[in-house]
Amino acid sequence: MPSRTLPRVAAGLRSASERGLLALLMLMFLAGSVLPPGAASSPDLANRNSKAGHDHCQPSQELPEDRHNATKKAFPVLSFDYHHVQKPFEISLWVLLASLMKLGFHLIPRLSSIVPESCLLIVVGLLVGGLIKVVGEKPPVLDSDLFFLCLLPPIILDAGYFLPIRPFTENVGTILMFAVVGTLWNAFFVGGLLYGVCQIRGTDLGHVDLLACLLFGSIISAVDPVAVLAVFEEIHINELLHILVFGESLLNDAVTVVLYHLFEEYAGVGSVSMVDVCLGVISFLVVSIGGILVGTIYGILAAFTSRFTSHTRVIEPLFVFVYSYMAYLSAEVFHLSGIMALIACGAVMRPYVEANISHKSHTTIKYFLKMWSSVSETLIFIFLGVSTVAGEHRWNWTFVIVTVILCLVARVLGVVGLTYIINKFRIVKLTTKDQFIVAYGGLRGAIAFSLGYLLNEVQFPTRNMFLTAIITVIFFTVFVQGMTIRPLVDLLAVKKKQETKRSINEEIHTQFLDHLLTGIEDICGHYGHHHWKDKLNRFNKKYVKKCLIAGERSKEPQLIAFYHKMEMKQAIELVESGGGVKMPSAMPSTVSMQNIQPKKPVSDRVLPQISKGREEEIRKILRTNLQRTRQRLRSYNRHTLVADPYEDGWNELLLKRQKIIELEKKVGSFETPAASRSRWAEMTKMSNYLTVPAAAPDSPTMSRARLASDPQAYSSKPGSDNLPTIKVDLASPQSPDSVNLVDELSKRAGQGEEPDEDGGLVMKVPSSASGKDTKEDQNGAKDQQRLMRCLSDPGPSADEEEEDEPFLH
Amino acid sequence: MGAFQSVPNEHDFQELADKTGFSLEQIRNLHKRFKQLSHNEDTLRREDFNTISDLSCNPIRAQIIEAFFDKRNFHQDAEGSVQEIGFEEFLTVMSHFRPPELNMTEERREAVRREKLRFLFNMHDTDNDGTITLEEYRHVVEELLSRSGTIEKETAKAIADAAMLEVASITMGHMEPDEFYEGITFDHFLKILNGVEIESKMHIRFLNVDTTTMSCHK
Repeated sequence: MPSRTLPRVAAGLRSASERGLLALLMLMFLAGSVLPPGAASSPDLANRNSKAGHDHCQPSQELPEDRHNATKKAFPVLSFDYHHVQKPFEISLWVLLASLMKLGFHLIPRLSSIVPESCLLIVVGLLVGGLIKVVGEKPPVLDSDLFFLCLLPPIILDAGYFLPIRPFTENVGTILMFAVVGTLWNAFFVGGLLYGVCQIRGTDLGHVDLLACLLFGSIISAVDPVAVLAVFEEIHINELLHILVFGESLLNDAVTVVLYHLFEEYAGVGSVSMVDVCLGVISFLVVSIGGILVGTIYGILAAFTSRFTSHTRVIEPLFVFVYSYMAYLSAEVFHLSGIMALIACGAVMRPYVEANISHKSHTTIKYFLKMWSSVSETLIFIFLGVSTVAGEHRWNWTFVIVTVILCLVARVLGVVGLTYIINKFRIVKLTTKDQFIVAYGGLRGAIAFSLGYLLNEVQFPTRNMFLTAIITVIFFTVFVQGMTIRPLVDLLAVKKKQETKRSINEEIHTQFLDHLLTGIEDICGHYGHHHWKDKLNRFNKKYVKKCLIAGERSKEPQLIAFYHKMEMKQAIELVESGGGVKMPSAMPSTVSMQNIQPKKPVSDRVLPQISKGREEEIRKILRTNLQRTRQRLRSYNRHTLVADPYEDGWNELLLKRQKIIELEKKVGSFETPAASRSRWAEMTKMSNYLTVPAAAPDSPTMSRARLASDPQAYSSKPGSDNLPTIKVDLASPQSPDSVNLVDELSKRAGQGEEPDEDGGLVMKVPSSASGKDTKEDQNGAKDQQRLMRCLSDPGPSADEEEEDEPFLH
Repeated sequence: MGAFQSVPNEHDFQELADKTGFSLEQIRNLHKRFKQLSHNEDTLRREDFNTISDLSCNPIRAQIIEAFFDKRNFHQDAEGSVQEIGFEEFLTVMSHFRPPELNMTEERREAVRREKLRFLFNMHDTDNDGTITLEEYRHVVEELLSRSGTIEKETAKAIADAAMLEVASITMGHMEPDEFYEGITFDHFLKILNGVEIESKMHIRFLNVDTTTMSCHK
């Protein structure tokens, strides 16, 4: 082993206890002897978190003299050079520890439903920190650079990219009010009163001056997005409350940044003039608007870049990450609000990027964002725990207790007071319950800690006391409030999020309502929200989309995009249900087209066209999705990803599907999208697999693919029927390869319909096609049809929607 | 129904305020707008609506205008449409877009919801037979997509069909192949829009003060 003169973290990690804890893992590593290099190289690939850990583990010191311990003796057959891999190795260990912990919590039944994950992680951090300390090493502290440059951005980008735009913009006034005025109020209330308390004789705090108190107040007053996300995601609160608290936590960054720099600046000087206050206000505007501007510019750049990536799909996701990170860093360069820049960047680029990139890239982006943010979050909480053990603490009972109480009081007063004002302007008023949850959800977190950690010990002799108080407040909010908020939500019967899929009807009526309200506003002659939103939409459609989105998709209206997405989903559902564990013997609903079709013959039914290329793409996706088994993880929050096994159940699946189809035939009903959807709903209930709310109308790219197959299962009896009442719509394009897959069936069915790929869509079979041939069509052609449809109906997999709006989970 | 006198007095306004729930200021503002639209006449015709330039690019413009002339929206048990409306009718139609009150009781909320949904339903159910038939639904979707440029009618149709199937499967459950789903009744309409909080969404902000747009914290 190398000598002991190593950086503190390294030493801490190499300590015997640490190894004891992770002995098993290391054994695995060594046995395989693959992992160390693999782990070492992993951070270099792209993983910012690992880089983060990297920076962290060796904050600044580099000890070159320790590095050269090569020997000049006999050629070593087996050499030991831990130094060589030390840093990446330790980073990997930390990440691994974090991930394993996360994994472990959810293996323990019911634990994660009682205690929020963030609490458990902090406890783990405390334990690990304690262990490191017990063996006499110095545990690492959550380094501020590491935190702000590496751990925080993925979480914020994840939040910004998946920001539910609609509720956010609808409530932006309230959010800003809470974020700006609320944070200011909190900062000054806490800071001011704390100063008052410090002046009381006997508290032993007389040396704390006003500016330091205000600085402390501004650090402690900001609601933390990481903590809020971690807790709110698990309680499934309704959309309004979620966006209020979460939006506040994001937007208060600008206020915190300005206050922090302002007070830090003047703490040395000792006095603040009126001019400084004015400068502070201006600075706030610059910081926030500048941050948004920087983010928007990068967002547009990213969107524009993604327009040209159609030939290099592999690096598409990278642009999203790199542009966003650049936005964050660029904002930080000027001390603008990096968080706001990231949010703006993610929100601006998303609709355009999604229209441009391929389905796979979209999935990659989602997975990566989730993975990064998940690991970051885990590491942040663990490090919070470790840092608690590591840091030097100056525990002052008065100061700590007063801080905790003041924080609570300020929050409650702030929320109640602001709501009183806001409700005068709001149309949907905030009720008392809402206010309570907003107040109670004001969790503090690692941002406060990192800001406190950044303080200069020389300038602020009370830094350690501040840090102790900050940690106490964080622990109090995360543990007490975080753990009790779920029972309280249940107790108060606060409206929860509706976990329903958005139906096509709802989409139609939402859009209808939008236009209606815009129209009514126009008739009333005043220009309200709807009017401007409509103007913006039209501008977007007319100019922006043309510039930023390549090809046809720029013209696709939202409703159609939504529809295509639904179509695909249904197709996948159909396919997946076929491969599922359960044969749909009990089909809940069997409504088919002729149930709603007017009885007269309709002669102009034509199905949407699909291009050959698109179809191929679709088919590919379908194939991948088909091979997915139905073993899914229970989804518990946004970080849960669906398992993506590339398993070869293809043949088995196919057989099963055939059985199902035969079954269906016996039932004599047609699989319709509606039917499949409701069946799907049932299945999801069982498997607890779909826990996602409304799908975003702006759907991922792939879902826009025009699906050849109509969702309605029109069946046809080629060349066999004698009742030419309805004409047949061939449900799907039938391509040679799908036919191959099912060739027994197709043989049985006869060759009646084997159109070329493009022709399959608009298939009118005038005479052969037959009328309401639904009832007891035992003809094999039907099976074939249906099977064909199953096979060629592809789409984004069902997990699509699981991830689609993960963020409000 | 009756035409309002050209210079309405406060008393009339008060009466209207009681009837429709608007405040006096809101009524005054709306009256001003009414006069402006009708070119100082006592009644408003369809052509007057066509002059609103902002409305011209609204895809569902025709339905919106028609809603103002639909007797079903006048809180009376009448059917059919009229050729011109007075201020009272105008106000009555507008009152469907009033924001919800704070602290509504459950029943009240439900009533408001029903009333608003009824308004929407009537917009779709053009022939007033109590159901939105497939044809009517297709028409709605076509109109919605009508301003989006090159949208094939078939796509609209396919969407409407899919939506209709969805309604049928949600509301009817199992259907025999020879059964026929007539169309969306109001009950079914309520059911499918269960997830949309129409009572809090279907509203616009009526100005209390006679100014142009104020910036508002929503």
